[in-house]
Amino acid sequence: MTASDDDGTTPRTWRKPPFIANPLLRYGLLAVLVIYLVWAFGSLPFNWERISQGLPRAARIFGGGFPPSFERFDLLLTGFKESLQIAVLATLLGVLLSIPFAVMAARNVAPLPVYLLGRAVIIISRSFHPVIVAILFVAAVGFGPLAGILTLTLYSIGFVGKLLAEEIEEIDWGQVEAMKATGAGYFAVLVYAVFPQILPRQVGLSMYQLDSNLRASAVVGIVGAGGIGSTLMNAFGRYDYAFAFAILLVIIAVILVSEGVSGWVRKKIW
Amino acid sequence: MLEISNLIKRYGHDEPVLQGLDLVVEDNSVVAIVGASGAGKSTMLRCINRLVEPTSGSIRLNGMELVSLRGSTLRKARRKIGMVFQGFNLIDRLTVMENVLAGRLGYVSLFQAITRRYPPQDIERAFTLMERVGIAQYSNKRADELSGGERQRVGVVRALMQEPEVLLADEPTASLDPRTSEQIMMLLQSLASELSLPVLINIHNVAQAKTYTERIVGLRHGKMIFDGAPADFNKEALDAIYGGIEAPDDEIIAEPAQAAKKNAKKKEVTDDRL
Repeated sequence: MTASDDDGTTPRTWRKPPFIANPLLRYGLLAVLVIYLVWAFGSLPFNWERISQGLPRAARIFGGGFPPSFERFDLLLTGFKESLQIAVLATLLGVLLSIPFAVMAARNVAPLPVYLLGRAVIIISRSFHPVIVAILFVAAVGFGPLAGILTLTLYSIGFVGKLLAEEIEEIDWGQVEAMKATGAGYFAVLVYAVFPQILPRQVGLSMYQLDSNLRASAVVGIVGAGGIGSTLMNAFGRYDYAFAFAILLVIIAVILVSEGVSGWVRKKIW
Repeated sequence: MLEISNLIKRYGHDEPVLQGLDLVVEDNSVVAIVGASGAGKSTMLRCINRLVEPTSGSIRLNGMELVSLRGSTLRKARRKIGMVFQGFNLIDRLTVMENVLAGRLGYVSLFQAITRRYPPQDIERAFTLMERVGIAQYSNKRADELSGGERQRVGVVRALMQEPEVLLADEPTASLDPRTSEQIMMLLQSLASELSLPVLINIHNVAQAKTYTERIVGLRHGKMIFDGAPADFNKEALDAIYGGIEAPDDEIIAEPAQAAKKNAKKKEVTDDRL
C-alpha cells in the first residue's frame, strides 16, 4: 500500500456503474416517485377518526372469535368437503383442457390462426380474477358448487395453459425433427416428441394448481359459488365470530398441508 | 439410387447456402460429405428428407421426385429416408425400445403409437436390430441413462426401423469421443453393406472419412469442389475445402479427435415448423 504512495500515482478506483446511466433520468425518476407518494397520501381520503374507532372494533371481533368454536363441526366438514371436491374436479378438468389449448397457443407447433385462437382463449380466461368470474357464473348457473367448478376450471385453463404453452415453445426441437424424419404424422409427433418433454412441468403445474384451486375455492365461495367460503360468509353474517375464526384456522391448516404435499410431490417428479 | 440435381437453397435474401448442387449416389455405397462449418453439408442432407425446404432443384430417390411432395405423400416418402443426428435426438424420457419403435411411426396408426401396440413383426425387427448393434439389454432403460455411443446406436437402429432406402447421417460422430466415433463409423459402414443401403455421412473428421467411406464429396460455400475416392483426397483437395478457414492441416489429419471436438457444438438452425 505504501509503495503506491511512493510513486505518487493515485490508486485506481472502481464503482459499480449505475443502473440508469443518465443522471437526469435517474434522479428525475426518484423525484417523480416521491412527488407521487406525497400526492397519493395527501389526496386519498383517509379518515383517521374512523380508523381510530375501527381499531377497537377489530379487536372486539377478534376477541369474539376467541376461543374458536368447533361446535358446529358438521357444517365445517360439509363445507370443506365441498371445497375439496370443487378444487379437485376443477383441477382435473382444467389441467386436461389446458393441454389442447397449450398446444394451440404454442407458436412452434401451431399454425398462425390456431395460435391466435389459442392465445385468445388463454388471455381471456386469465384476464379476470376468479372472484369476478365466479360472480358471472353464479349469475349464469345459480348458487352452488357448479359455479365454483366452472370458475376454477377456467382459471386453471388460463394459468396452466399459458405456462405449458411457454414450455412447449422451449422444447428441444431436435426430437421433433427426428420424429418428423421418420414420417410420423402431426399428432404422433406431438405424442412422442413434445409431450414427454413437457411432462414433468405438467405434473408440477397440476400440483401447484390443485394447491391454488383449494385456496381459491374458499374465496369464490364467498360470492356464492359453494364450498367453505359460503359457510364462512354465513358465519360472519350471523356475527358468529367464534365459528368464523374456527373456519379460518382450518383453512390455514388445510393450505399448509396441501402446500407440503404438493412441494413434496414436485420435488419427487423433477 | 439417390439423384440430386441443381439443388439450390437460399435462406431469405442471403447468398444461397447451396448453389446448384449435383450428386448421384448409387445403392450400396457409403459417401462422406466433408466441408467447413457453413459449407452447406447439413442443409443438403436436410433438403433430402425435407426438414429444410429446398428453394429449387430436384432430388429423386429411386425415381421418385421428393422436392414437390406435400402432406401425407411427403410423410410416406420420409419413411424411406432414415436419419441419424449429431445430438442423437432421442426422446430422453422414453425407453430405448420406445425410441426404436418410434422409427415405425410412419407406418402405424395414431392409436397404435399412443398405446405402444406395435405389430409383432416390428417388435421382432427391433430386437433383431438392437442385438445386431449390441443394445438389446437396454431395451427397457430410459434413453437418457445410456452413454453417448449407446445412444447413437439407438439413433441408428431407430433409422433402420424405417426400412429406409437411404440413410442420412448428419455428423453422427461429432458428439462422441474418438474411440466411440470410430465404432459408430464402422457400424455405419458394415450396416450399409449388410443392408445394401446407400449412406450419406456428413463428417468433419477427414481421417475417418477416408478410412470408412468409399467416396468423398467436398463442399465449399455451397458448391461441390471435390468428388472422388478417398485415395485421391490429397492435401490439395483438403486445402481447397478448408483452406483459409480451418486451423493447420496436420491438426485435421493427425488428430481427428480434436477436429471432432471443435465442431461438436455446432448446430444448424432451421426456421422449420412442425
